[in-house]
Amino acid sequence: MAGDRFATAAQMRADLDARRVASATLVETALARAEAAAGLGAFVHLQPERARTDAREADVRRARGDPRSRLDGIPVAIKDLMVQEGEPCTCASRILEGFVAPYQGTVVAKLRAAGAVIVGRTNMDEFAMGSSTEHSVYGAARNPWDPTRTPGGSSGGSAAAVAAGIVPIAFGSDTGGSIRQPASHCGVVGMKPTYGRVSRYGLVAFASSLDQIGPFAHTAGDCALALAAIAGHDPADSTSLPEPVPDFAAAQRGDVAGLVVGLPREYFAEGADPEVLARVREAVAELERAGAKTREVTLPHAPYAIATYYLIATAEASSNLARYDGVRFGRRAEADSLGEMYRRTRSEGFGAEVKRRILLGTYVLSAGYYDAYYRKAMQVRTLLRRDFEQAFGACDLIATPTAPEVAFRIGEKTADPLKMYLSDIYTVSANLAGIPGLSVPCGFANGLPVGLQLLGRALDEATLLRVADAYQRRTAWHEQHPALDWERAK
Amino acid sequence: MSARLQARGDYEVVIGLEVHVHMRTASKLFSPAPVRYGELPNHATHPLDLGMPGVLPVLNRRAVELGVRAALATHCKVHSRSIFARKNYFYPDLPKGYQISQYEEPLATEGWLEIEAPSADGTPHTVRVGLTRIHIEEDAGKSIHDAAIAGSAGSHVDLNRAGVPLLEIVSEPDLRSPEEAAAYLRKLRALLRWADVSDADMEKGQFRCDANVSLRRHGAAQLGTRTELKNLNSFRFVEEALYAEIARQAALLDGGGRVVQATMHYDPVRRATRVMRLKENADDYRYFPDPDLVPLVIAESEIDAVRRALPELPEDRRARFESEHALSGYDARLLTESRALADFYEAAAIRSGQPKVVANWMLRDVLAELKERDCEIDATQLTPDALAKLIALVEDGRVTAASARPLVAVLIERGVDPETLVRERGLEAVSDTGLLEAAADEVIAAHPEVVAQIRGGDARGLNFLMGQLMKRTEGKANPKAVREILARKLAG
Repeated sequence: MAGDRFATAAQMRADLDARRVASATLVETALARAEAAAGLGAFVHLQPERARTDAREADVRRARGDPRSRLDGIPVAIKDLMVQEGEPCTCASRILEGFVAPYQGTVVAKLRAAGAVIVGRTNMDEFAMGSSTEHSVYGAARNPWDPTRTPGGSSGGSAAAVAAGIVPIAFGSDTGGSIRQPASHCGVVGMKPTYGRVSRYGLVAFASSLDQIGPFAHTAGDCALALAAIAGHDPADSTSLPEPVPDFAAAQRGDVAGLVVGLPREYFAEGADPEVLARVREAVAELERAGAKTREVTLPHAPYAIATYYLIATAEASSNLARYDGVRFGRRAEADSLGEMYRRTRSEGFGAEVKRRILLGTYVLSAGYYDAYYRKAMQVRTLLRRDFEQAFGACDLIATPTAPEVAFRIGEKTADPLKMYLSDIYTVSANLAGIPGLSVPCGFANGLPVGLQLLGRALDEATLLRVADAYQRRTAWHEQHPALDWERAK
Repeated sequence: MSARLQARGDYEVVIGLEVHVHMRTASKLFSPAPVRYGELPNHATHPLDLGMPGVLPVLNRRAVELGVRAALATHCKVHSRSIFARKNYFYPDLPKGYQISQYEEPLATEGWLEIEAPSADGTPHTVRVGLTRIHIEEDAGKSIHDAAIAGSAGSHVDLNRAGVPLLEIVSEPDLRSPEEAAAYLRKLRALLRWADVSDADMEKGQFRCDANVSLRRHGAAQLGTRTELKNLNSFRFVEEALYAEIARQAALLDGGGRVVQATMHYDPVRRATRVMRLKENADDYRYFPDPDLVPLVIAESEIDAVRRALPELPEDRRARFESEHALSGYDARLLTESRALADFYEAAAIRSGQPKVVANWMLRDVLAELKERDCEIDATQLTPDALAKLIALVEDGRVTAASARPLVAVLIERGVDPETLVRERGLEAVSDTGLLEAAADEVIAAHPEVVAQIRGGDARGLNFLMGQLMKRTEGKANPKAVREILARKLAG
């Protein structure tokens, strides 16, 4: 086996450089661990042959002294909504059963150009709609810390794959917290970049104005490596930003002295588990000890964030998911008429949560309701963005809890969608404002990981990575790992 | 206004038109797939045109340029910021389940077009037709339900057309008769072709029309309930369908009935319209700004650049032909019906230096030949240079007009050098005095009674003798020389 099960990509790279291990071995190990951890439900599809070929080629490059990047030969996983040419892409939905992507997505193209070896595709809530990775046609993913609990969602498979030491880096997508919340629940680092920082070409859309791809890893350092590999302007995505990408890995080697951390009053009010709040306050105190200053800021429109988010996200989703009609690809139910074919295909192909959101979104955009719901929500979105602009006039970054509580039990919230939606209460604002956010492990409550959320100015991922890195250098939360005793019991 | 053809019994006819026109771009509006006609089904497509999961649109700036060009040519206000919106509905030839169009903030608004249409007394009158808006959108694919075309039973979808850039041009309800509607469409089509916005080939579906029509009592302030006629794909159909629908509405109103808002289909075989679907259960398209696209921002400098690159428009060219070339308004209009024709005429006029003479040749000979062949000037072998040369040969007396006129058809077909052609065919005008003198003597000898008439003071016979002489020389005799010789001999 290849070293420490929970080795970071940086450590793996050092081992590869020192010829202590081959990429082929790292990839073989990752594949074997994924198989052994099948009960975790983290992966929905492994691609061993392609991964083995890619790993061998990476080894050849390294032997020639010509690695493609700092990720060359490192095994990674991608969420099942990231398009990879020639591989299935199902978004954990029955409706995309049998669909094999005929083109390459930009992020996958960039990962391949960097030499990263994709070993498989991870589980998720269907079309990224959910906060628990329970709404999956493949069955629920489980939390490596406690397999009776969810890993969070919707990128729960990616978070679990990293937390369980299967791959050092995995990619997910974050529309309202779908990277940060599972990162928090699984005790890993997860980052949602600035909207437009990473191309969405090849990311199957849930809500186009909110979706961003981002990495999971054990450390902020690995996140920086991963983000550097996938960020940058893409002419194939009209919403992609033209700004140059800084060297995130270099930018993080600073201290935090003098930085002002804003603490939004609204986020530390009631609603969150006191244990969770206690861990977050301790983490903020640690940052103060490292030289950061703190001050209270206010985000007055925060109470409207969840409502605004669910209006905009569902409206966009109702339109984005119209293409799954059984005509050109994916699942088609046979029927005697066109209308019946549509009805049956979509009734059988989509799960309950997806249907709920399509219905909500259709309603929101309907004649007579558009002004009251969609237009109003867009106006509130502007106010939320201004809240952050004002707050960032007084601080360099904002710290909050990532989620109001630790990982909940499987089945605990599936009967009450509203309760489930409130899992995203601290995360959706960043998507609405388009700003970057990350979650870094900051301790445990009742034996389960707690995440500290850091939010930054647009395009200022570097400060978030630098602060998270400084925090991780002073703490060892990320070095605590789940026992994995369930692996034997599978 | 009173002269406008609008007599439909007791009712005033009110028509507004929506035209969809394919813009002439190499690739589609949001995907890199080529725009191609007559390609194998689904071969001119990109994953984007198939609505594959994860694809994203990227706006073709060339289409924007052409849209601005159309807007400027129709005197529209071009907006520096416009928004692409999604129009949501389900149909198999709409791959994404929505069409990307413009809704609340279109590319351009408030334009106009001046048309000439026949009045009741047959004389033309001018109408200024307002344009409500011009916006950019993508075309849908095609559903083929005909097993004979598809090659097998069932319905088939061809997405080659999906994503082809369209302009939707919406007129105000300013048209008062089917004739005006047809005149508007002809004018608009010619203008879009003139400005290189579109080939506007109706058979290829590059220029399609929907018509909104309603009737109201003369003098009524409020518009009547309108119906919409969909997919009128020839000028003839537009007129026919409007006549049929006007008759239907008039009969309904005459009988005390009410027009119900509906989408109508015109059946050219029955020459009647029928209800396709009622508007009561109108689709709710749930328009909203497309989050995959950013607002379309067009700098003032870009609009200026398009304006500078715009070819001289037909009205301006016509006015210039009248003032600079001393052509009549009528001739100038005929010569500016298409840009190719106007360009050709102007090039030939410059080369020849005699615009009026060139215009006469164009209007008398060239247009007749084109009409016979049903083709455009630029689809022939005739060049402005060749026409100017041929005219020069006539003007110089080296070939007679009678010999030269049939050569226009030859030049249109073969594009040879006029001088060589004249020589090869032995058509050089005969100015050889000896030969003409001899022929004149023969003609005079053969028609003593005519000669006597002329000598008696009746000059009418001279033309007859000239005709006879031309006949003997197979039309090649230089008419000037012939007239001189005959006059001298008859006087002598």
